[in-house]
Amino acid sequence: MGLDRRVFFKLLGATGITLAIGKESVAKPTNKNEVEFYGVLYDSSRCVGCRTCEYECAKAHGLPEPLSEVAAVRKTDETCNTVVNTYQTSKGEVYIKRQCMHCNQPACAAACLTQAMHKNETGPVTWNGDKCMGCRYCMVSCPFDMPKFEFHSANPKIQKCDMCFDRQKAGEKPTCVTNCPNEALMYGTRRDLIKEARRRIYEKPDLYVDQIYGEHDAGGTGWLYIASVPFEELGMKTNLQQSSYPALTKGFLYSVPSVFVLFPTILLGIHQATKNNQHKKQEEDEY
Amino acid sequence: MNTNYPIAIDHDGKSIWKFLLSEMNPKGKFLTPFNIISIPIMLLGLGLIVYRFIYGIGSITNLTQDTPWGLWIGFDVVTGVAFAGGAYVLTFMVYILNMQKYHSIVRVTVLNGFLAYVFYAGALLLDLGRPWHVINPIIGNGFGVSSVLFLVAWHFLLYMIAQLIEFSPAIAEWLGARRAHKILSGMTIAAVIFGITLSTLHQSGLGALYLMAKDKIHPLWYSEFIPIMFFVSSIFAGLSMVIFEGSISHRVFFSQISEKNHKSQNTIIHGLAKICAGTMFAYFFLKMLVFIHEQHWDLLNTPMGYWFMLEMLGFVLLPMILFFYSYRTNSILMVKVAAILTMLGVILNRLNVTVIGFRWDMAIRYVPSWMEFVVTMAVIFTEIWIFRWVINRMPVLRDSPSWATEKE
Repeated sequence: MGLDRRVFFKLLGATGITLAIGKESVAKPTNKNEVEFYGVLYDSSRCVGCRTCEYECAKAHGLPEPLSEVAAVRKTDETCNTVVNTYQTSKGEVYIKRQCMHCNQPACAAACLTQAMHKNETGPVTWNGDKCMGCRYCMVSCPFDMPKFEFHSANPKIQKCDMCFDRQKAGEKPTCVTNCPNEALMYGTRRDLIKEARRRIYEKPDLYVDQIYGEHDAGGTGWLYIASVPFEELGMKTNLQQSSYPALTKGFLYSVPSVFVLFPTILLGIHQATKNNQHKKQEEDEY
Repeated sequence: MNTNYPIAIDHDGKSIWKFLLSEMNPKGKFLTPFNIISIPIMLLGLGLIVYRFIYGIGSITNLTQDTPWGLWIGFDVVTGVAFAGGAYVLTFMVYILNMQKYHSIVRVTVLNGFLAYVFYAGALLLDLGRPWHVINPIIGNGFGVSSVLFLVAWHFLLYMIAQLIEFSPAIAEWLGARRAHKILSGMTIAAVIFGITLSTLHQSGLGALYLMAKDKIHPLWYSEFIPIMFFVSSIFAGLSMVIFEGSISHRVFFSQISEKNHKSQNTIIHGLAKICAGTMFAYFFLKMLVFIHEQHWDLLNTPMGYWFMLEMLGFVLLPMILFFYSYRTNSILMVKVAAILTMLGVILNRLNVTVIGFRWDMAIRYVPSWMEFVVTMAVIFTEIWIFRWVINRMPVLRDSPSWATEKE
């Protein structure tokens, strides 16, 4: 074989470039149809804590009606997709609505081995019961702990906010947005919502903390938050990484094809080498 | 039945079906201490499993919305599979590196690995909320290729098939199927190579499952190197299991083992101890590198820090030193002690990542219910029953029949 050093390095270079470019092209978005993610901007300073969204959400999703007297700080669970919590802060009583954040690159969807958790191209992250096997890996992976599991059911479902995907398909806004009496919620494309949030902060710098929660947190989320107090005071996780969570497993998953190609080759090579050795040894013994 | 194509030779004039039926009968005494302990637990476990499928997972487990994975994943699957790692390490040594010294224990190790995968990965079905959809990632009702669990699921399936092929010559010898034996033996090396590749990926994959739980696992156990740690530790976890299981099998199934294999047992154990010591040194070194790199010195002086040091010093460093010394002093007892310590250390490590260190900062911690323990015990006992059934019938520990070992 005429594989000298120069040819070898050329091949090596070509392989390297192919690998590098290959990665690049995977990361690029496809420009087939320019659909933007839709999301919701939640303005905590406008929220009066009436919990209308909770009642409307339960009604729209066939869940039990929320209790009228509740603890100040709650978590969503398998019977309620959204909660409005009350925090005593440096600026008095402040409310904050919690639900699935509909990440741009959701950990739950990357974790799902059947694609039952799915990021729709218009933004909502939805769950498909025909695919889900109930492994709860989405719950392990979600940095916001939003997927909830019906532990006491023989046919359990995953419950979480679906941003009223069916209503959105029919051209309507999510039910919490429609029914909010104080316009604390605003529905639109994520790009427009960020502009609007910036405008509000810019116009009233004394009212707002200069931060849009969800702009970069966990790699960017569909739900965006602005508030009058720092988000730590409102029980939001502010130590989340700024890049997406699926990126954490990328390195491992990229190594899989390499291992699959290289390992059998190497193993077969070693096997052949040691086999020949043994034949030689036997031959030597015979002499 | 087509007589021109004998799938099995005559078994004392009985047809193959009668033979299989007769093999179903128990051999040996029935009321042994092991049976007396295991049968009630298995029955209770079965009852609990039925109850779970009627009233949901929450009815017998203490799982919550915050800790969706508990003992059944953390111990049965993640730890069980680490212990099954002996099969790929030994097949690598025997078939790839051609270390014939270890040939006599390959079969029993592969059987053990295979059963471990069937039962511990099978225990996964109990933990699935909607187990009737378990074939979805296989049949393509959603290929979640971006999921580590997708990779692990496929690998479990493929590796079980590879291990079955590796073990199948023993089944053929049991049935006396000469032609099948020849074909299946020819497939061994391909299955071995495939199996080692799969093992490398899913042993590390089990660690990679937890990569996205970055904010939930205690920083002393979470690092981006979990997959590599899981892979390296599966080597000595598996081999310690081989040593442990081997020393029990040699007592329980004494009569089956030939004189020659009895004599070679000690050299085998010392060889394995040497490999354990080496890989444990590499593992300890890696762990230290990660620890220093992540700069968590301040965390050492906390309860979780003491727990971490106990794991690293008491259950990695100590057994490693024992393995080294046992080789020098030629002490089998020391190897066995080291193997048990190593196994405890692996259990500790896997549980620290998956259960104890998972949501370590929660006010109300997940503690498995007694029913979770019973189901886990029932799964393990069932596996041992099947293991015993196979050992008593197939040439696993005893030598193959003479027709099978003849060189063509």
